[in-house]
Amino acid sequence: MALLQVDNMTHYFGGLRAVHKYNLILEPGHIVGLIGPNGAGKTTIFNLISGIHTPTEGNIELAGKNLIGHHPHEIAALGLGRTFQNLLLWRHMTVLEHVKMACYSQLEYGIWGAFFGSRRCHNEEKRITAKAMHLLETFDMARFSSQLAVSLPYGAQRRVEMARAMATNPKVLFLDEPTAGMTPDELNRMISIIRKIHQEFNVAIFLIEHRLKFVMELCERIQTLVFGEVIAEGTPAEIKNNPQVIEAYLGKEDIH
Amino acid sequence: MNIQNSTSHKANKGIKAWLMAFLAPVPLIGWLLGIFGAVLVEYFLGDLISYYFGLPKIPVLFGFLTVLKKPLLIPGTMGYMAVVYWLPVIIITKILQKPANKIAGFLDRKPITVAALVHLGLLYGALHLWADLSDYRLLVLKLAMIAIMLTLSINVINGYMGEFSCSHPGFMALGAYTASTITLLFFVNDKQFGNALLPEALGPYFFPLALIAGGVAAALGALVIAIPSFRTRGDYLAIISLAFLFIVKSGIENLEFVGGPRGMSSQPHYSTLPVVFSVMVLCIWIINNFVRSTMGKALNAVRDNELAAEAMTVNTRKTKIITFMFGAFWAGVAGGLFAHVLRYVNPGSFGIQRLAEILAMVYFGGLNSVIGSIVGAVSINVLSESLRPLEIYKWIIIPLLLIVVMLVRPTGLISFTEFKPKELMKPRQKIGEEA
Repeated sequence: MALLQVDNMTHYFGGLRAVHKYNLILEPGHIVGLIGPNGAGKTTIFNLISGIHTPTEGNIELAGKNLIGHHPHEIAALGLGRTFQNLLLWRHMTVLEHVKMACYSQLEYGIWGAFFGSRRCHNEEKRITAKAMHLLETFDMARFSSQLAVSLPYGAQRRVEMARAMATNPKVLFLDEPTAGMTPDELNRMISIIRKIHQEFNVAIFLIEHRLKFVMELCERIQTLVFGEVIAEGTPAEIKNNPQVIEAYLGKEDIH
Repeated sequence: MNIQNSTSHKANKGIKAWLMAFLAPVPLIGWLLGIFGAVLVEYFLGDLISYYFGLPKIPVLFGFLTVLKKPLLIPGTMGYMAVVYWLPVIIITKILQKPANKIAGFLDRKPITVAALVHLGLLYGALHLWADLSDYRLLVLKLAMIAIMLTLSINVINGYMGEFSCSHPGFMALGAYTASTITLLFFVNDKQFGNALLPEALGPYFFPLALIAGGVAAALGALVIAIPSFRTRGDYLAIISLAFLFIVKSGIENLEFVGGPRGMSSQPHYSTLPVVFSVMVLCIWIINNFVRSTMGKALNAVRDNELAAEAMTVNTRKTKIITFMFGAFWAGVAGGLFAHVLRYVNPGSFGIQRLAEILAMVYFGGLNSVIGSIVGAVSINVLSESLRPLEIYKWIIIPLLLIVVMLVRPTGLISFTEFKPKELMKPRQKIGEEA
């Protein structure tokens, strides 16, 4: 059974059809890429699956559970971690606090424990601090743990966001343009980081990307989205040679 | 010009460094002992010292009132301040520096509760003796403590969660009226509510319950703002909260049951200094626990980016409801205490003026900071009391001061810091090592 399955999802923003009959099957441990020109509706698909918008029609299932109508935080707690295209970090929080915050749904001490500083609260805080530090070490960020996340260089901020997403214990990780604004050097580093977390945490990854080098190298399967519709789906080699894709996407856009 | 500047800078730094070296090795308990000593000096020798400095009586609020009323007494007042406060504090803290560090080291190894109780006991003793000398001091002190609770509780909403809530006096009014109704109904022979339903002697024991009931009433009222806050933010929510304030105020004005615009009076004298002090300590402790936990940090996440908070499993709706109810609860408790300090409440004391006062305290002291709230509440309160002789000019000086602070430090004096009691009570000097 697929880990994440989307059936015939359609979404309208007012009269505008943003997504039309979108289907996705993501198997455990796979990496799937979503490409398409600007405004094709890629981020909308992310937002629909992660619950920020509710699709007009269609069905979404994560590990057998229906996600329609759930709040984003419930969907995240069910095992869908994500990053954002334009880095949504918390301005006044340190790197460590970012990662600890993502453990919110795993906290067991409850609101009264927090008020009265119960023993359980202290132990839980210690546990998630250890977990967060471990994650930060995986991302090579431990030395920045007490710094404000927004004060870090751009590439490091991306890694904070990924560490934070991994702290939610995701089964599926959504990466929205993980290399946006990165230099070629940082790009290569990001590829190795994604490979590393893919192996180490055994998550399925679904990513949006513009840079074809990145997508071709990482993904096992690629979907091409144009005006809210998937026009082609297949292995990187198939996508590369698909005449429709070349016409709709590669032919018009300037390739890196 | 440049050289001169740098030399003066150096000299300045020299004095600062010297002062730091002189004062830094004193632990918190050393300061408390020093303050306690100074208060003792005033308690036993205050009359004598003030006589020798030519003052008519002991200056009540650090000499501000005396000086503003009779400027000729400035030298005498300054002398009194030096002899009674500054010298004893400095001398005692320096003499006791080593033993104080030893005590601090000893307490550091004990559970934090023990250390906190020792420090608080000392602080309470000093405050009690200080307030014992005049009823005016006692009143100012109690009102300052209530102001701390109000400031801290509004900081949870406005600072930590970043919503601009204007309804705090409304919460306070709900708490004040609920608590007053309970105490008047059960423990006082009153013309409004008739004879007491329970023996009067039980009153002080039930007072905490009355306060909690006041807090709960305020927390329920907060739902009126918490639920719209799911969909609205910023200015719009501020308007909603302002509307809530007016609803509460005019609602109470029209309730004959609680005295309408005339208000309620003759509340029993339950808000004694120990009661107010303990409730305030409890309030600071609980709020500080909450905002330092990851569950409390969720408030910051909601403030800084709600979408990211949701995506990281934070239940933002629950967080907002809890925050509004929690903040309102403490405002209600503070209101209950307030009603029993003044032993009179009327709807007029929970209007826009009070709102301005609370907002001034929280923005002056600093957002997102427990220490900032304490500093803001105490300084604005003491300032507004001590500038009282200036009458109308007081309301020019304090707002001007606020503007200056906002220009220099836009988020308040001490903002975005964590209050760590354990760090605060640590010894400042290794034993056996000279500074």
